[in-house]
Amino acid sequence: MANFEVEKTPENLVYAKPRLITDNTMHYCPGCSHGVVHKLVAEVIDEMGFQDKTVAVSPVGCSVLAYNYIDIDWVEAAHGRACAVATAVKRLNPEKLVFTYQGDGDLVAIGAGETFHAANRGENIAIIFINNAIYGMTGGQMAPTTILGMKTETCPYGRTPEQHGWPVKISKILSELNGVCYATRQTVYTPAAVRKAKKAIRKAFENSLNKKGTSIVEIVATCNSNWKMTPEDANTWMEANLFPEYPLGDIKDEAAK
Amino acid sequence: MAEEVKLMKGNEVIAEAAIRCGCDGYFGYPITPQSEVMETLMYRKPWEETGMVVLQAESECASINMVYGGASTGKKVMTSSSSPGISLMSEGLSYLAGAELPALIVNVQRGGPGLGTIQPSQSDYNQACHGGAHGDFNLIVLAPASVQEMNDFVDLGFELAFKYRNPAMILADGAIGQMMEKVVLSPIKPRRTEQEIIEQCGDWALTGKSADRNRNIVTSLELDSAKQEIFNRKLQAKYQTIRENEVRYEALNCDDAEYLMVAYGSSARICEKTMELAREKGIKVGLLRPITLFPFPTKQIKEIGGRMKGILSVELNAGQMVNDVRLAVECKVPVEHFGRMGGIIHSPEEVLEALTKIVR
Repeated sequence: MANFEVEKTPENLVYAKPRLITDNTMHYCPGCSHGVVHKLVAEVIDEMGFQDKTVAVSPVGCSVLAYNYIDIDWVEAAHGRACAVATAVKRLNPEKLVFTYQGDGDLVAIGAGETFHAANRGENIAIIFINNAIYGMTGGQMAPTTILGMKTETCPYGRTPEQHGWPVKISKILSELNGVCYATRQTVYTPAAVRKAKKAIRKAFENSLNKKGTSIVEIVATCNSNWKMTPEDANTWMEANLFPEYPLGDIKDEAAK
Repeated sequence: MAEEVKLMKGNEVIAEAAIRCGCDGYFGYPITPQSEVMETLMYRKPWEETGMVVLQAESECASINMVYGGASTGKKVMTSSSSPGISLMSEGLSYLAGAELPALIVNVQRGGPGLGTIQPSQSDYNQACHGGAHGDFNLIVLAPASVQEMNDFVDLGFELAFKYRNPAMILADGAIGQMMEKVVLSPIKPRRTEQEIIEQCGDWALTGKSADRNRNIVTSLELDSAKQEIFNRKLQAKYQTIRENEVRYEALNCDDAEYLMVAYGSSARICEKTMELAREKGIKVGLLRPITLFPFPTKQIKEIGGRMKGILSVELNAGQMVNDVRLAVECKVPVEHFGRMGGIIHSPEEVLEALTKIVR
């Protein structure tokens, strides 16, 4: 292999770790979508110049430790309560950028009530929702967004509607509420998708600041560890199985009107 | 400025005192017998006057988590509820204590268990003072016995909550919440400015990560059990400091007494009448009224109660505080309990009858 040295200068540096991502070692599994979404959130806050005006709410689930990775003020909510916590943070600090970062179990199962009512009140918060159709932190149990036939530790023979009901399309449901100004589904498994997801996150954050109402950015995501696949297979499986159930794109965008 | 004296309900005065003490936010859910707290706030529209936020949540679970969110930003926030609602909030109380957040919770107790009744009770004593949720933690618990104390303890509750970064509870009951009495209103304190909040709480509160400090994280999570034990020891040391410094109680006619009644809240008011009736009959009885239930006046009960021939713990429940009284006197003095349950309020005569039984 040829040996050559490249001098790092600002001119030839094409990529760097976002300034607001800390040096802590991430606990996320290789192949997981969380790392990419964290990066996007950190980049958007930095680009908006809002590091000192942001309060973020982390959930219970894989991203419970999100506060270790993005260099902003964080409050860690009880399981499912992030939208209630964010409601008060924003109402009492209306000039702050306030967002929650939640998984499917946190947002849609145990936190369904808090999520629904915060959105219905049109709280000026952004919800970053990681939908990987499974509980990650507790080791691969069924989520409200687990698709029919999908096997998890608590539906080992596959999810059936008779026993477990149907997968919940929460972004679609929330989009019906007058309080919600923006509901979109994105993913982060290709560079093009990453760029689109970043734009969506920025729009949601701007909506929070401009007091337009509640925004939800759903990221259809992989959990290769609990799906028991390689990262590459997980991407293929997500494309073939989750995208038909959770179609990508904007569901509602009132700010665009 | 001249004193403002009004005739008000206990619940109404909670709302009035919150506005006057510079409270930043109230988050609640309707439940009898305390619905007047939020109703009064909504009528008063403090957001126009002081900027205070008042929000009706979708549940007690949501309202306590709103309190958690507001408190995490260093704001003075509160909620109120009654017994079943407080049970729903217990998760949040544990998180508030675990994250060391200051907040004020008002429990206007009604009779339980379950949906129970809407009449006055003191059956949440154990829940308020001995846990009531997971983990080793304590609330600071204040027990008002009058509408005046409902007023005074809002400011005091916030003061103690911020002093110790710990949730404080006003443990009232349906009688204190619903009855009307003369009350001297507190002087008006402005809400703290953002700058004052940064000065007071900047080392922990989420005021926005500025260039001059590290990011603040409000959490009760610690995956390393060695560190979690260190944190638990710190919490316990804090509770010990509170025990040593914050006991409040009232002792009536204890100097010449041979018998002692221990009672708090509305039960103490009834016992005052019983004391009068007993003394007319020649029974030398005194009354010790704990004002703080945590910290409990253990030392004071040991000292005063230790001289007595017998002690009667009078509570609107099946006998909860009585155990703390027995521990205080180290079982060296006979301690009995008297109390009605399920929303029934005992009469002074009933208490006198119970007292007569312990007189030898």
